[in-house]
Amino acid sequence: MSEATHNASHQESTTQDGTEAENALSVRNVYKVFGKRPAEVIKRLKSGKKRAELTALGTAAVIDASFDVKKGEIFVVMGLSGSGKSTLIRTLNGLWAPTQGSVVVGGTDISAISDKELRKVRQEKISMVFQHFALLPHRTVLENAAYALEIQGVAKAERTARAEKVLSMVGLGGWGEKYPSELSGGMQQRVGLARALCAETDILLMDEAFSALDPLIRREMQEQLVVLQAELGKTIVFITHDLNEAMFLGDRIAVMRDGEIVQIGTPDEILTNPANDYVAQFVQDVDRTRVLTAGVVMEPPLAVVTISGGPRNALRTMRDLQVSAAFVVDRRRKYQGIVRDRDVMAQVEKRATDLAAVVRNGIEPVSPETALNDLFGRAVESPIPLPVVDDDGRLVGALPRVTLLAALGNVPSTTGEFPVVEVAVAPIPEQMVTAALAQYEGVAK
Amino acid sequence: MTPDFRIPLGDWVEVGLDWLTTSLEGFFALIRSILVGAYDGLEWLLAAPPYWAVIVVFAAIAWWASGWKLGVGTIVGFAVIVGVDQWSNAMDSLALVIIATVVAVAISVPLGIWAASSLRVSAIVRPIMDFMQTMPAMVYLIPALVMFRVGVVPGIVATIIFSMAPGVRLTELGIRGVDKEVVEAGHAFGSSPGRILRQIQLPLARPTIMAGVNQVIMLSLSMVVIAGMVGAGGLGGDVVASLSRIDAGLGFEAGIAVVILAIFLDRVTASFGKSKTRSSTKAA
Ligand SMILES: Nc1ncnc2c1ncn2[C@@H]1O[C@H](COP(=O)(O)OP(=O)(O)O)[C@@H](O)[C@H]1O
Ligand SMILES: [Mg+2]
Repeated sequence: MSEATHNASHQESTTQDGTEAENALSVRNVYKVFGKRPAEVIKRLKSGKKRAELTALGTAAVIDASFDVKKGEIFVVMGLSGSGKSTLIRTLNGLWAPTQGSVVVGGTDISAISDKELRKVRQEKISMVFQHFALLPHRTVLENAAYALEIQGVAKAERTARAEKVLSMVGLGGWGEKYPSELSGGMQQRVGLARALCAETDILLMDEAFSALDPLIRREMQEQLVVLQAELGKTIVFITHDLNEAMFLGDRIAVMRDGEIVQIGTPDEILTNPANDYVAQFVQDVDRTRVLTAGVVMEPPLAVVTISGGPRNALRTMRDLQVSAAFVVDRRRKYQGIVRDRDVMAQVEKRATDLAAVVRNGIEPVSPETALNDLFGRAVESPIPLPVVDDDGRLVGALPRVTLLAALGNVPSTTGEFPVVEVAVAPIPEQMVTAALAQYEGVAK
Repeated sequence: MTPDFRIPLGDWVEVGLDWLTTSLEGFFALIRSILVGAYDGLEWLLAAPPYWAVIVVFAAIAWWASGWKLGVGTIVGFAVIVGVDQWSNAMDSLALVIIATVVAVAISVPLGIWAASSLRVSAIVRPIMDFMQTMPAMVYLIPALVMFRVGVVPGIVATIIFSMAPGVRLTELGIRGVDKEVVEAGHAFGSSPGRILRQIQLPLARPTIMAGVNQVIMLSLSMVVIAGMVGAGGLGGDVVASLSRIDAGLGFEAGIAVVILAIFLDRVTASFGKSKTRSSTKAA
């Protein structure tokens, strides 16, 4: 449920901000090389040498990274351990200075400023959540949450009040007087999150923030992050090695391998259109049902009849497509329900001209943002493909069971010419339909 | 048989020392008067009041730092020192140890912090510290004597040099051992390096640094006897005297007083190192 809402709200906010054309973060051709001769390593990388050939000169942790992070988006950087994610995220707030390239944070090029100015940027624009929480063990939860405010020079009374507010926002109200070691891992990371939120920066960096937590807590934190993000509108750069987490959280995902960004795209793009074999292999294991939505895998609805077309047209369409049921829409393509061939045939035989009388409303339409995960139950119960209906109530697609199954496995999910069929009940034999139609046509003449 | 070549290292040292003493005479005189002043003041503070009053204060410190057991142990231990008639010597030595420790810590902790901040500094400081600690302690006495003349000052100076190394090493170790991510968190929220040192690195390195201070104190105490050879007096004076007179009884009495002082100082400083972390883990 939260997946759907957050995806939807994001698409909106990105388009809005997109027109304003302001990025929260801009990374251009960033290299970070550790070791003896960084400049030489970059020179050789540019002349086409591979990272593995240059280990004697230094470790190229980040190679030619360029991307923009839009305001209000969750930008995920995903890759295996050692692929350079932590190094990359640390160039975003200047914990590492890039060996080459530029990082612009909210309009300020942080590679071109003094230490003092950089500290100002960190206080005001960009905060961070760490993998192993990095709380100050000798300070209480409240003091930890208020740490950023303390650095900013906020008076004690005010920072206590603000920290308490943020602590209750992350579900830790009343825990302020405890010490971090008295808390479970999940709670400690909530403190880490509270500390970063308390700073009230627009940008939040999260380096494998949930990787140290066990799966249940982790899922809970992911959902909470999405809710908080929707509430507060933060720009989040989230690092993970877990594809499911990336797909769940990311508005866009950058896939890293051996220091290079090999693909940037939405979760759907990465999943359905991997840039190369590496990404393809990576995404093989993903729990697709959490990522893919009805709107992504749905088929074009072929068996569609209009109310105004009447029973005769409807029956003809169903005969041509050899289906036993069809979706019914009005003139504006608004979804009305379904009709079954025998009901329509009865109408035709009765010489009735009203299709509305036999429209059934038994199948609740689904929204394109619904995750497949939430659809299996309904798809199994329904003999008819699920109608996919947009916000205005218009029929935009259909979800036959076979499509859902195809999306689960990595087989191409678009079956192409796939009419809507009622699996359980065979359509009325074609000759009978033709006979009925012929009879009707004869009378009409 | 004399070898064909001889490195005149000793000559060089002497020349260097001569040059030092003549050109920096004023400086050494200043140091001398500062140390003498500090020592005299502290020695007066410890020796002037009646011994039982001082013992009560020590017991109170031990009780506060560690618990009633150490408090009681302190009373018993110092009563033994009084009983073997080493009280005034023990207070002299304690004053020397305290002054030497304070100076050694004041030098070695900042040096350790500096070494922790830079691999290059560390690479230079480390062998020097190793050298200072492994050089036989008595060797320092001679130049110290030349520079500061007979008395308590060369004893203090030699003690400082000999005991400094663990302070530097453990401070560096402690600061380098602070969770890197926590230090990064300080930077990430825009804290200045000085503030990170005060609010994160030093508090978290405290147990290790205190272990270093503890070792500095123990090494200082072990120098007390040797310092007696240059006229520093105190328990060392009696040990040296007993040696020249082959007086095993006196030597043992002075020795037992050193041991009692050592146990007292060790337990008290060790619990200083632990106390904060224990209370925070207990609260934790
Ligand atoms: N401070 C450092 N000094 C030298 N090499 C480093 C340093 N930090 C990271 N590296 C190297 O850079 C590469 C990328 O590391 P990292 O950014 O931590 O990857 P990830 O976060 O994706 O696991 C690794 O090969 C790692 O060994
Ligand atoms: Mg990492």
